[in-house]
Amino acid sequence: MMGGFLSRLVDGIPARGLILLGVLLVALIAAPLFAGSYLLTVLILILYFAYIGQAWNIMMGFAGQLSLGHALYVGLGAYTAAALYVHFGIGPWIGLLVAVPIAALAGAFIGFLAFRFRVGGVYFAILTIAVAEFARVGFDHLTWTKGSAGLFLPVAQYTHNDLWNLRGHPVMFYYILLTATVLALIGCRALLQSRMGYFWQAIREDEEAARSAGIDTFYYKMVAVVISAGMTSFAGVIYAFFYNNLFPEQVFHISRSIEIILGPIVGGVGTLFGPILGAFILTGLAETLSATLEGLGIDLPGAKQVFYGICLLLVIVALPDGVWPWLRKRIGLTERGS
Amino acid sequence: MPAEVYLNVAVGGVLTGLVYGLMALGLSVIFGVVRVVNFAHGEMMTIAMYIAIVLFATFRIDPLIMLLPIAALLFGLGYVMQAGLINRFITRPEHSQFLLLVAVAIIMINVLLIIFGPDAQNVQTAYSYDSFQIGPLIVDAAKVYAAAAALVVTAALFAFFRYTHIGTAIRACADNYTGALVVGLDVKRLYALTFGLGSACVGAAGTMLLLIFDVTPAAGPAYTLLAFVIVITGGLGSMPGALLGGILIGLTEAMAGLMFSPSAKSMFAFGILVLVLLFRPQGIMGKRAA
Amino acid sequence: MSALLSVDTISKRFRGLVAVDRLTFEVPEGGIFAVIGPNGAGKTTLFNMIAGVFPPDNGTITFAGERIDGLTPDKICRRGIGRTFQIVRPFPALSVEDNVIVGALLHRHQVEAARAHAHEVLRRLDLYDKRDQRASSLTLPDRKRLEVARALATDPKLLLLDEVMAGLRPTETDRIVSILQELNRESGLTILLIEHVMRAVMALAERILVMHHGASIAEGPPEQVTRDPAVIHSYLGAEAV
Repeated sequence: MMGGFLSRLVDGIPARGLILLGVLLVALIAAPLFAGSYLLTVLILILYFAYIGQAWNIMMGFAGQLSLGHALYVGLGAYTAAALYVHFGIGPWIGLLVAVPIAALAGAFIGFLAFRFRVGGVYFAILTIAVAEFARVGFDHLTWTKGSAGLFLPVAQYTHNDLWNLRGHPVMFYYILLTATVLALIGCRALLQSRMGYFWQAIREDEEAARSAGIDTFYYKMVAVVISAGMTSFAGVIYAFFYNNLFPEQVFHISRSIEIILGPIVGGVGTLFGPILGAFILTGLAETLSATLEGLGIDLPGAKQVFYGICLLLVIVALPDGVWPWLRKRIGLTERGS
Repeated sequence: MPAEVYLNVAVGGVLTGLVYGLMALGLSVIFGVVRVVNFAHGEMMTIAMYIAIVLFATFRIDPLIMLLPIAALLFGLGYVMQAGLINRFITRPEHSQFLLLVAVAIIMINVLLIIFGPDAQNVQTAYSYDSFQIGPLIVDAAKVYAAAAALVVTAALFAFFRYTHIGTAIRACADNYTGALVVGLDVKRLYALTFGLGSACVGAAGTMLLLIFDVTPAAGPAYTLLAFVIVITGGLGSMPGALLGGILIGLTEAMAGLMFSPSAKSMFAFGILVLVLLFRPQGIMGKRAA
Repeated sequence: MSALLSVDTISKRFRGLVAVDRLTFEVPEGGIFAVIGPNGAGKTTLFNMIAGVFPPDNGTITFAGERIDGLTPDKICRRGIGRTFQIVRPFPALSVEDNVIVGALLHRHQVEAARAHAHEVLRRLDLYDKRDQRASSLTLPDRKRLEVARALATDPKLLLLDEVMAGLRPTETDRIVSILQELNRESGLTILLIEHVMRAVMALAERILVMHHGASIAEGPPEQVTRDPAVIHSYLGAEAV
C-alpha cells in the first residue's frame, strides 16, 4: 500500500531529478545546523514564498485563472487565527480549522461572482484585486481586530518551543514551512496528474473546447479557487504567529499579492518546481542586492527596488516561460507532466 | 448637515471624477486597441505629476498651460515603452504581460523615490484657494479648471479617433488585428501610437489632478487600481464608458468620504465594482466579445 | 431505424438577421447524415445550437428521446454528443495523448483507464506514433484528426463534425472517410457532418440536407439531392460551374 503510493509518487520523474531533489531536501533539512540567524530568516522567507507560490500556481498555472489578490487569503488566514488566539485563547491549529474554511469561502465567493457569468482573464484578475482591497479597507475599520492600529500577539518566548501554540524559535517555523512546502509539492503533483488536473489544464488551454469535451468548467474552476485559497490561508496563519503583529495596510496590500505571484511567474507558471525555484531566485536576488548595496555604502531608499525591477524585466524578456523550463532542459531533465 | 454641503461635495466629486475619467480613458484606449492592461498606469500618472512639479518650481508655469507639453512628454514615454518593450509581448499570455508592466512600475516608483524622496508634494497656484459661488453652491476653482481641461482633452481624443486617418486606422486595428495586417497597416507602429495616446491622457490627467491632490512616489498603485475600477465600471474598451465610470466613482468617493470616513472611500469604489460585476455582467460580456 | 436526433422547427436570429429558419430534420440511429450549403447558410449556427453553445430561439432539439435544447455544452457532451470545431481547437500546450485523455476521462475516473482508451482511439486515427508531441506542433490534417480523436474519446453516440475535410488533400480526405465509415460500421456511431468537400459527402452520407439562407431547400439521399434543380441553382451549380 505504502510502496504503491511511493512508486506512484515518483513515477515519471527521471532518476537524476530525484537525486537532485533529494540533495536539495537534505540540504534544507540540515540548513538550520549551519545557518546563522540572518540566513535562517532568509530561508524562512524563501519557503514561505515557495509554499504560497505553489498554492497560487494551482489556480493560474493549472487551471488558468489569474488571481492578483492572493493577499486576501493570507490576510484572512492570519487575522482569523490571530483574533481567535487573542480573544479566546484558541490555539493556531484549531484556528486553522476556522481560517481555512473562511478563506475558501472568500475564494468561492469571488469564483462564484466571476465564473457564473464567465467573467475571465483581465476582468477576473481585477475582481480579485478589488476584493482584496475591499478587505484591506474593511479590516482598517474593523474594531474587533483593532483596525488600522494593528493586531498584536503576545510576543514569543524562545525559552522553549511550543508547537501547539506556535510560540518559539524561528527554527520551529522553518521546519513547519519546509514540511508545508514539501507536502504542497507532493499534493500539487498528485493534483496535476489526477482526473481533475487534466480537466484544469484543458480549461487553461481552451475553455470552450473543454466545455464541449464535457467538462463542467464552472465546477472545476471553483474547486481550483477553493483549494488555492484554503492552502494560502495556512501560510497566513504561520505569518501571524511568526511576526506577531498584523496591520491591514501591510497584510492585504496589493504589493503583497504581487510578491506572491512573482516567484511562480519567474520560476515558470504551471510547472511543479517553478514556484519553488522562483522563490529561491527572487528572495535570493533581493537579499543579494541589499548586501551588495550595503557593501558599496549606497544607502538610497528605492535603489534596491530599482535593481530588482530591472532584474525582473530582464528575466521576463529573456525567458518568457520562466527559469525552470529553461533550466530543466539545460540539466537534461524532461519530466513528463510537469 | 445642511443639504448644500451634500450638493457641494457631490459637485466636487463629479468634477474630480471627470479628471479620473480622463486617466481611465487612457487605460481603456490602450486596452481596447493593444489588448494589454497597463499595470503601470498610475505610476505613469505620478511621473506626469512630478514633471508638473518640477516645471512649476523651475519656471512657475501654470499647470493648465503645462498640460500640453506634459501630455507630449508622456506620449513619448508611452510610444517608446510600446515600441521598445511591450510590442514583443502582445502575443504572450496575460501573466507574462503583467509581470513586465509590474517590473516597469516597480522601477518607476523607486526612481521617483530616489529623485524626489517619500514626502508629499503639491503646487500652489494663484487660484489654489479660489472658489466660484453659484447660488448656494460653492466649488473650488481648481476643480472647475481641471474638469474643464479634462473635457477638452477628451473631446480632442474623440475627434481624433472619429475624424483623422490615423484614428480610423487605429480603430481598424482594434476591431480586427489580422484584418489590419492584411490590408497593410503597420500594426506595431499604430500600437505604439495608441500607447502613446493613452499615456498622453494620463499625462494631462496627472497635471490636472495635481491641482486637486498632493503626490507621493507611492501613490501610483492606488491610481492604477482606481483606473481599473473606473474602466470596468464603465466598460473596458469603451471611451464614453470610461468618462461615465470616472464621474460615478468620483461622486461615490466624495459622498462616501462625507458620510462615512475619508479613509473608507475606496472601499465604496470597490463595492461598486463588485456590484457592477454582479448585476451588469451582460454589459461586460458584450465588451469582451467585441 | 428510429431517430437518434430530432430537430423540430428551430430558428435562430442574430440582431434581426435570420441565421437558421424553422429547420426540421431527423438523424436516424446509426446513420451518417450530411448538411451542406453555401457559406453563410447557417450550418455552423445549427451545429452550435445542437452542441449547446447557444439555445434556439424557437423549436426543440431531441436527442435519444430527451429534450436537449438549452442545455450547456458540457451537459450535452455528457449525454453523448461529441463535436469538432470548424477552426480546430486542440489544447495547444498539451501532448497529443493528453488531449485525448481529457476526452476519455469524461466517462472514466481512473487516469490509467483513460490512457488505455486514448491509445485505442489514437491508433484508430493514425496518431499513436505522434502521441508525445505537443498538439501545437502538429500539421493541420493531424490537428483535425486530433479533434476527432478527442471527441471520439468521450464515447459519443452522435458525432458532430464541422468541416473536418476542409483544407485536406484528397488522400487525407479519403483516409478520414474510411476511418469514419469503419467507426460507423463497427460501433454503430451516428455521424452528423457539415461538409463542403462533395467527394467526402458523396462517399459517406446516407442522407443530405441542403441549407440556404438558414432554411432547408432539399433533403434526401445523395443521388436525389444532387439532381435537385433548386440545389444545383443555389449551391452546387454556383461552385461546380
